Amino acid sequence: MPNITYIEPSGQAVTLSLPTGWNLMQGATANGVDGILGECGGSCACATCHCYVEASRLGELSPPSEGELAMLANVASERRPNSRLACQIKVSDALEGLVITLPPTQE
Amino acid sequence: MVIIGAGQAGVQVAESLRVGGYTDAITLLGDEPHPPYHRPPLSKAWLAGEIDAAQLTLRAPEALARKNITLRTGVKVSAIDTASRTVTLSDGGILAYDGLALATGATPRALAVPGANADGVLALRSRDDAGAIVRHMHRCAEKGLPVLVIGGGFIGLEVAATARKRGLAVTVLEAAPRLLGRVLAPLLSDWYAKLHTDHGVGIVFNAQLSAIDSMNGHVTAVVTSDGRRFPAGLVIVGIGVTANDSLARAAGIDCDHGIIVDACARTSVSGVVAAGDCTARRLPDGSLLRLESVQNATEQGRSAAAALLDQERSFDATPWFWSDQYDKKLQMAGLSAGADRWVVRGTLEAGTFSVFHFRSGQLIAVDSVNASKDHLLARKLLDAGVSPSTAQVEDTTFDLAGLLAQ
Repeated sequence: MPNITYIEPSGQAVTLSLPTGWNLMQGATANGVDGILGECGGSCACATCHCYVEASRLGELSPPSEGELAMLANVASERRPNSRLACQIKVSDALEGLVITLPPTQE
Repeated sequence: MVIIGAGQAGVQVAESLRVGGYTDAITLLGDEPHPPYHRPPLSKAWLAGEIDAAQLTLRAPEALARKNITLRTGVKVSAIDTASRTVTLSDGGILAYDGLALATGATPRALAVPGANADGVLALRSRDDAGAIVRHMHRCAEKGLPVLVIGGGFIGLEVAATARKRGLAVTVLEAAPRLLGRVLAPLLSDWYAKLHTDHGVGIVFNAQLSAIDSMNGHVTAVVTSDGRRFPAGLVIVGIGVTANDSLARAAGIDCDHGIIVDACARTSVSGVVAAGDCTARRLPDGSLLRLESVQNATEQGRSAAAALLDQERSFDATPWFWSDQYDKKLQMAGLSAGADRWVVRGTLEAGTFSVFHFRSGQLIAVDSVNASKDHLLARKLLDAGVSPSTAQVEDTTFDLAGLLAQ
């Protein structure tokens, strides 16, 4: 199971081993990671699982859908070039060691 | 603090108490055997078999334990005594509380026709309900039996779409002359009816049920009052819910089709708050508003936690909802009741558009289909009380976002 590291808004790093096929929002909410809400349960409907992906690995992810881009346009914290919705990023072996940083607020 | 109900609202109360600095004991009581889980995927990705049960987890027990929140699952509460500030559990145990949060949810309405207790007649509320529906869908697939959905509301239509994804034959029986009649504009009801018929769903309007037929205890057909008989291997009942307010009512807390709360989630009894599907919120004009949504659960959950800590945090933001059917995401902002004019932005044929609801010239709600940008903008406009004109909405070259900057 690939290891994914979440940097919580406090700066605390939390590393989780997640099953492939899960998305990064599921991993975070199930394990109580702070700084992520995921209120819609992963439907790309609420934009409360905003995260910043380490820029050097952005290219390894499948690009955001039109729906995700629309939701990203209205996230609560600053949108950056490496902004993604965690519910749209699926865990795969290729993501081993990925670090994502959670924004100060989701709403 | 004691919280009755371990769904989205109950978990929110517990965690918001910790965020608010509360350090004493928090007990979260859930009557289901499972730790807290995401409910929205039950009618969508989970029912379609796209995710497994673990992926539904809202909080694992260990995650709650790390926050020093005591989760007790499979526990029912039999009574609340607001004078002695205790709750009695069905196993006879008694818990004392300083503050009590009610997050008891809602229960699907049952069909009131003969035979409705047959095996294979199911509602969808809990993870176990969804599990039973999946088992019956497998059975329908094996035996080539159709699925019948009673009620053309969100739950029924999402289940219908998922059943079609699984290749099952589906018919929806709706009592009204259109789908989603309580919430959508007629033109959007028609659009959804076409979406479903284009995907092979049969829709019967003005359907009045008279009986459910069964053989060896298992449903075989649904009969309508005009004598038509619809064979079915599985019947999904999606005819609304009732708020779980009986515990509160028995305890003398004011209820009216839901536990009555103010904007800060306070009930009529001091030290008792309520959040989520079980509530009926008193609005400034005196009317009561029942919302069944994730937003209502989390926002009232935050307000409820604040109230237990003697702070005022009112929830009066624009309500929003969503529904996924096939590849269409419907996102709704505001409450459309009483609308007297509807204006479409975009084109219905393209499958990407929004319906703007106006009442007396004022924007009151926006329903967007595969148009998340419109939806998010609508929430901002409604929150700010800024109303575009109908002409501005119709003109897709007009920048509605510009109205916010003024």
